[in-house]
Amino acid sequence: MTKRKTWLYFLPYGLWLALFVIAPVALIVYQSFFNLDHQVTLDNYANYFRSGVYLKMTLNSVWYAFLITLFTGLISYPTAYVLHQLKHRQFWLLLVILPTWINILLKAYAFIGIFSQAGVANDFLRFIGVGPQQLLFTNASFIFVATYIQIPFMILPIYNALDDLNPAYVNASLDLGANRWQTFRRVIFPLTLPGVKAGVQAVFIPSLSLFMLTRLIGGNKVITLGTAIEEHFLTTMNWGMGSTIGVVLIVAMIIVMQLTNDHEPRGGAPR
Amino acid sequence: MSQPIIELRHVTQRYGDHTILKNINLTLESGKFYTLLGPSGCGKTTILRTISGFNQVTAGDVLFDGQRINDVPANHRNVNTVFQDYALFPHLTVAENVAFGLTLKKLPKADIATKVAEALKLVQLADFGNRAISALSGGQQQRVAIARAIVMQPQVLLLDEPLSALDAKLRRAMQSELRDLQQRLGITFLFVTHDQEEALAMSDEIFVMNNGEILQSGSPVDIYDEPINHFVADFIGESNILPGKMVADYQVAFNGQQFECSDAGIPANEPVEVVMRPEDLTLTTPAHAKLTVTIDTQLFRGDYYEISATDDRGHDWMIHSVNPAEDGATLGVNFRPQDLHVMRLHEKEAEFDARLETYEGTEESSRDQT
Repeated sequence: MTKRKTWLYFLPYGLWLALFVIAPVALIVYQSFFNLDHQVTLDNYANYFRSGVYLKMTLNSVWYAFLITLFTGLISYPTAYVLHQLKHRQFWLLLVILPTWINILLKAYAFIGIFSQAGVANDFLRFIGVGPQQLLFTNASFIFVATYIQIPFMILPIYNALDDLNPAYVNASLDLGANRWQTFRRVIFPLTLPGVKAGVQAVFIPSLSLFMLTRLIGGNKVITLGTAIEEHFLTTMNWGMGSTIGVVLIVAMIIVMQLTNDHEPRGGAPR
Repeated sequence: MSQPIIELRHVTQRYGDHTILKNINLTLESGKFYTLLGPSGCGKTTILRTISGFNQVTAGDVLFDGQRINDVPANHRNVNTVFQDYALFPHLTVAENVAFGLTLKKLPKADIATKVAEALKLVQLADFGNRAISALSGGQQQRVAIARAIVMQPQVLLLDEPLSALDAKLRRAMQSELRDLQQRLGITFLFVTHDQEEALAMSDEIFVMNNGEILQSGSPVDIYDEPINHFVADFIGESNILPGKMVADYQVAFNGQQFECSDAGIPANEPVEVVMRPEDLTLTTPAHAKLTVTIDTQLFRGDYYEISATDDRGHDWMIHSVNPAEDGATLGVNFRPQDLHVMRLHEKEAEFDARLETYEGTEESSRDQT
């Protein structure tokens, strides 16, 4: 009786899982074994590993995702830390979350306006005497906008981790003679590391396959795996190759998840 | 008297309209076990945080070894705290927790290892260095917290209700362990608790607090035998408190009768309160007794019976007796003059001490006669 009921509760989620997670992944894996002529083949994988283009693209993606994650982290941790100590922190947190409610395309177009030759950014550069610069369609602007978009997803888990931190640990550290910086480095940061890891997962993996931004802001100068997938599915119609890259991305995600999950035995190995 | 290690002078603490500490004066001598005792919210933890450096007082001076330390931050004070919930770092092992303060001092690794091993041995956790904190029981965590603090060799160790999370049996065991540890180390302990039993068992000196004031300080025996007022008498141990009137020196009237007592220096006819401890009262036959009571109920407490009774004027009495009584029986209650303690209604500690000084000697001789 109860067993049947539990099964019923699971049904909606199970259906969702099957239709939108398992089936698509299975389809991608399935497609990746077909060439343009619908013949079963391993050529796609051979191609991926043999031609330097795809490997370079992968490296490129990983490198840019790494940079975006790094900058996001460098900005988000101090922000979350300060935010957490403010009086009206719920309000400030809302301001951080607010931009995530706006569609990513709208934000991208807004940045095109800001970074264009006649945009606000160049107005400012002219004003301080630097003169107009090519801002749009550069690697720097791509990283800048991608970082801007990812920041809330990094701040939130770090903020939550700081919120969960028992202030008694900080007092204990000070009591034992640590100064503010030592307390941060030896107590606060290690204890909020799970939040940072969650943030890395939330930022790094989506950054691997950004393709709208690479085109709109990066001017397609940065070719990431996301761009390649889009090209294969919509332009060259080589679904097999596109799926192969998709599989590679999925594997990359699994690797990142494994790296950022806690595998240490509780208590930690002595350093 | 040697130089006090900690001194609070006219310390006052306010948060908005709330006054947490009212003109606290307190002196701690080196090498003694002190207890701040009071109900929750009385300000005892605030005093502890004032000494450890986590609380800035509104007014008054905090002195450490004669130096004013009001503005010295917590990490530069030679005091360490055992926190109420221990606050052991969950990401470090037992040994790493104990070594935390020492590594900050940049001591050589070998020195740290030796000191950590010594500290863990002192709290009987010698083999636990590599354990995770989460793998320890409450009592073991308690000991790690103590080891982490004493390894710093502080001159004063502050303990914030450290036994409150332990079960009754372990708490008793830890009481004697703490007392033993304090005597071996010879450092000053300042222990905060709301448990009067703990305070009486361990302390050299107790400060009884209520509503941000220190009501009475003294040895456990002094405070138990001669509480200064109704609150202290009621808070420390069980007591029978009755309204009375001073007749003359060593004579007090209550329940419509006059009794010999051991208190003096109070003007005649002043309204007072009389305290009698339940274990000082003995039950006898009504014919030989000073008072007559009717037994209401009794509770068996293991080593004694806690007997509730009512006298003919309607006052409730509590009597501790080794032997049971019969419910509803009419029995006599007996006590000796020194079992009565007379409290004036609004006496401050200084006045109380001064009054005691005037007749202490004669009191001792009168006690010897009985």
